[in-house]
Amino acid sequence: MTTMTTTTMTPEAPALAFWVRAFFQRCWRIGILLLLLAASLGMSQLAVAQADTDHEMVTAAPGISADQWRQVRSGETGPNYRDSRFDSNYNLINSSGETWRQIRNRWVSPFGLIAIGGMIVVIALFYFMVGRKHLDEPRTGRKLFRWSLLMRSLHWTVATLFITLALTGLNLLFGKFVFRTLFGDAVWAWMISASKVLHNYLGPIFGVLLVVLLISLLKDNIPKKHDWVWFKKAGGLTGKHHPDAGFANGGEKAWYWLLATAGLVVIASGFVLDFPNYGQGRDTMQWANIIHAVGALGLTAVALGHIYIGTVGTEGSLEGMTTGYVDETWAKEHHNLWYEEVKDTAMSEEEIAAQKTGSSSGDVSATKPS
Amino acid sequence: MAQMKFMCDAERCIECNGCVTACKNANDVEWGIQRRRVVTLNDGEADEMSISVACMHCDDAPCMAVCPTDCFYKTDDGIVLHDKDLCIGCGYCLYACPFGAPQFPQQNAFGERGKMDKCTFCAGGPAESKEEEYEKYGSNRIAEGKLPLCAEMCSTKALLAGDAQDVADIFRQRVVHRGHKDGAWSNNPQASTDNLAYDAARKG
Repeated sequence: MTTMTTTTMTPEAPALAFWVRAFFQRCWRIGILLLLLAASLGMSQLAVAQADTDHEMVTAAPGISADQWRQVRSGETGPNYRDSRFDSNYNLINSSGETWRQIRNRWVSPFGLIAIGGMIVVIALFYFMVGRKHLDEPRTGRKLFRWSLLMRSLHWTVATLFITLALTGLNLLFGKFVFRTLFGDAVWAWMISASKVLHNYLGPIFGVLLVVLLISLLKDNIPKKHDWVWFKKAGGLTGKHHPDAGFANGGEKAWYWLLATAGLVVIASGFVLDFPNYGQGRDTMQWANIIHAVGALGLTAVALGHIYIGTVGTEGSLEGMTTGYVDETWAKEHHNLWYEEVKDTAMSEEEIAAQKTGSSSGDVSATKPS
Repeated sequence: MAQMKFMCDAERCIECNGCVTACKNANDVEWGIQRRRVVTLNDGEADEMSISVACMHCDDAPCMAVCPTDCFYKTDDGIVLHDKDLCIGCGYCLYACPFGAPQFPQQNAFGERGKMDKCTFCAGGPAESKEEEYEKYGSNRIAEGKLPLCAEMCSTKALLAGDAQDVADIFRQRVVHRGHKDGAWSNNPQASTDNLAYDAARKG
């Protein structure tokens, strides 16, 4: 497109052209810069080409002072600030926007990817070098009741929601670098809008259910002295024997408290972002976004560890969360203190089957023994 | 190739809101959205100053950098446009924008944002037909060889729109006419050779 202007101008010195272009390249400051220029070139006058320049110098209203622009830059508005937009709570220049952009794009995105990718690599290396943790003793065949149907349902619901939120969240942060070029706009538009809708609507459900889960698991996750020993022995990675552990071991308690702190912060910041209709400003949402992203990426990375340990990483763990029962040997090796408490309740497969048919609601209403 | 820019000369703006109205009218902007706004600093005081603000079509646009769907693009004229079919209403462009340009219609439940709307430099946007383009983005005056209506209708010509070079030239001339002693050259020795401080009005 050729140049279009309201006035025809004579071409001017190239040096100036260069500087003007340099100014425009710093685009987001352009408004301020050019006008600062106007102000500082100042003692400036009303913007009319009057006949007598000297007269104009004396009589015209003062130009815009550097102080005024400093105020604009700081984001202050003051009592005599007006914005013609209805119900606007914006200042003239949203200077924190660039800060948010830099934090998000330069720090959160790449380091989030490194955290999650790094975790996958570490887990893969661990699996191939150390391998699965098998039970040291053969199974006894007798089972201990560990997770009620209610707790299992709660766990798997929260887990499914967590994974959905993690995948949609990752898509919101990184998807455009992969899927847009891979699938084209039609598929990408559907993918990303589905991601956003799922993320925004499932998020609050996850938030509520995680709180319920945390409350119902609180009793088993109070830190004890032996948990410290558990950590010093790296959960049994060092030394020959498993360190002492109650119903929940040190690592599980750490995961619990991470969810109870960082998890709640992610949920709280998520609510701030999800409901923009409560008058929270841009600055609030910028920070909420950074906190949300950092927390969620961190939790996702740690969750990969939790998923590994709970499934392929440890023999006999997953069945506790699927069937509700664990083998005696597993309990003795991984949760010796808990085993001592509940070993009298061990049952054979037949007894469990008999109990299930005997009382139709037996398993459902059974509370977790402790 | 032009580099389209807006510039508002704050020393000329009289806060008439003509640009806001012109834009609303030219683009049939949807209810509740105002692509251009006029900000007044120190209203009612001696140093009162007004400036008209909309999308400034940044070279390194923060909205483009943070958009999760990558819905923004830049035309050959340096105009930042966006595809409403890709927009998911996440609001990130609004967090990042220095000028508060992106706006969202809030017609859905839970305060969910609709498709973002912002100034298009009167250049429309991606669409199958002219009707669809007008419906979604407003008029495409650039395609008709016209500049944005806000600037065209500005009564004091405070708001300028056009190629960056031309806008800068106009502004520099104004500064010269405002009577600065070195003609806006800030002690640049070239000022005297080019005689930029020459006052056209004075010459009669």
